[in-house]
Amino acid sequence: MRNFYLIFKKELKSYFTSPIAYVVITIFMVISGYFFYNIVATFATISYQATINPMVAKQYGLLNVTEIVVRPLFGNISVIMLLMMPLLTMRLFSEEKKTGTIELLLTYPVTDMEVLLGKFFACLAVFVLMLVLTGTYPLLLIIYGQPEIGPVITGYLGLLVLGASFISLGIFASSLSENQIIAATVAFGALIFFWMMSFSSALVDPSIGKIISYISFTDHLEAFAKGVVDTEDIIYYAVFIILFMFLTLRILESNKWRG
Amino acid sequence: MIEVENLTKNYGSYQALKGISFTVKKGEILGFLGPNGAGKTTTMRILTGFFPATSGKAKVAGFDVFEEPLEVKKRIGYLPENVPLYRDMVVSDYLRFTAGIKGIKKMDIGDRVRKVMQDCALTDVSHKLIGELSKGYRQRVGLAQALVNDPEVLILDEPTIGLDPKQIIEIRKLIKNLAGKRTIILSTHILPEVSMTCQRVVIINKGEVVAVDTPQNLTSKIYGRNKLIIRIDGPSGDIQRELKTVRGVDKVEVKEVMSGSVSEYIVDIKEGEDPRRWVASQVVKNGWGLLEMRPLEMSLEEIFIKLVTKE
Repeated sequence: MRNFYLIFKKELKSYFTSPIAYVVITIFMVISGYFFYNIVATFATISYQATINPMVAKQYGLLNVTEIVVRPLFGNISVIMLLMMPLLTMRLFSEEKKTGTIELLLTYPVTDMEVLLGKFFACLAVFVLMLVLTGTYPLLLIIYGQPEIGPVITGYLGLLVLGASFISLGIFASSLSENQIIAATVAFGALIFFWMMSFSSALVDPSIGKIISYISFTDHLEAFAKGVVDTEDIIYYAVFIILFMFLTLRILESNKWRG
Repeated sequence: MIEVENLTKNYGSYQALKGISFTVKKGEILGFLGPNGAGKTTTMRILTGFFPATSGKAKVAGFDVFEEPLEVKKRIGYLPENVPLYRDMVVSDYLRFTAGIKGIKKMDIGDRVRKVMQDCALTDVSHKLIGELSKGYRQRVGLAQALVNDPEVLILDEPTIGLDPKQIIEIRKLIKNLAGKRTIILSTHILPEVSMTCQRVVIINKGEVVAVDTPQNLTSKIYGRNKLIIRIDGPSGDIQRELKTVRGVDKVEVKEVMSGSVSEYIVDIKEGEDPRRWVASQVVKNGWGLLEMRPLEMSLEEIFIKLVTKE
């Protein structure tokens, strides 16, 4: 437990002594802020048109903040995460392998598990900070409108488990190579694959399509944005996270045997 | 303290270690000598638990490296060859981190870190980033992290490589001061380092132990008979003929023709004789110039090359 905490602290600190965390967080906030502005501006325009033209109101059906602002906002944030998270995870093992520090780390009296969990939660902490900063967007909505609070909370829960899954996969990619670019590229590729695969579920036999869309991120995320927390989705993410953590441990171990 | 028995290590089809055995007694400094690629680093990595051996046994402080790696890791300090350190950490933070992770109690960490920074002369740079330090300082930080838990066993892989002569002397002094209650294995391919710091030498080549002895014994063992080197100004043929007649001299050979009439000769001496004074008087009697005379001591370098190049 103590070793876990020491590694966690060290990793978290090194995110902020190098410019990585600042750059990633800044760009993340700029892009998500831009999307938020666009969504709100569109919503305002439509609302204004609806007040003078009832036909527009009819066309959009329910004109409420949750449907038109909150849900797309979470969708957009998750896409930006897809692009940003590999940049946070790529260095976690690659850098230690490249500089050789892994040799010292693994000859200290620590277990691989403590090292892995320390790194995982340090990255998760940076990610949580990013999420907290995006909290300004729903806060503005609450101040100037009446969004439902439920979907906002479950939406954040969805982003949190999604982010943890991204980190788990990203760390796994990082353990594969001592080259950070390769680690990031593998993570991007795998994440996009898990993201997009549900698209092909409509093209194949329905029974296979169901499996495909279960494996993909997309469907599980949608429920959260609607304000529904389903244990099935939680289990999906938990299994995803544990699977890639387990694979990372195996990679660390096999590195030792290969020498 | 350290027992290594029949250790082998394969990297794919390449056999890096072909059954190495040696022991190190408590408080001893063992020099681990060999050319590049001999298997020094591999052996050290096995001892520190970084990776396991293919076969064989290794025990450190009574604990098997493969069965109880955590117990072993608690008791060793390791300095890898290229001194891998976290460049984005401040020296004192880094040492606090290693102290913690090596199991020093929280309340003792401050004292331990201060002590080890003093021992390694790091106090001046304690607030600098490791990445900004010179090679010599980084080496000392590496040594400090190995020492921070006051380990029973120190394993140092080429601790003086890439340092300037002054720094080398400092590090060697530091290592010598550490001896006594600690057991140290030190790998190097700089031979004077071994004769200066180590009590015993293990020479390995191509994954095999070729010699284990004290530096002094190694020198005399290979050297065998005594030889003299003499530099004389005079006619070479006469000198060889005349010197052979001197009492105690077995053989005279020209080693090297220097400038003009000056040459260097190697004189083999008969067992138990010391013909130096007679050689000198013979040279003077003939009116030649005696420029230099010294016993030929094989340096560790020559022994080493002899050991690792012989078939």
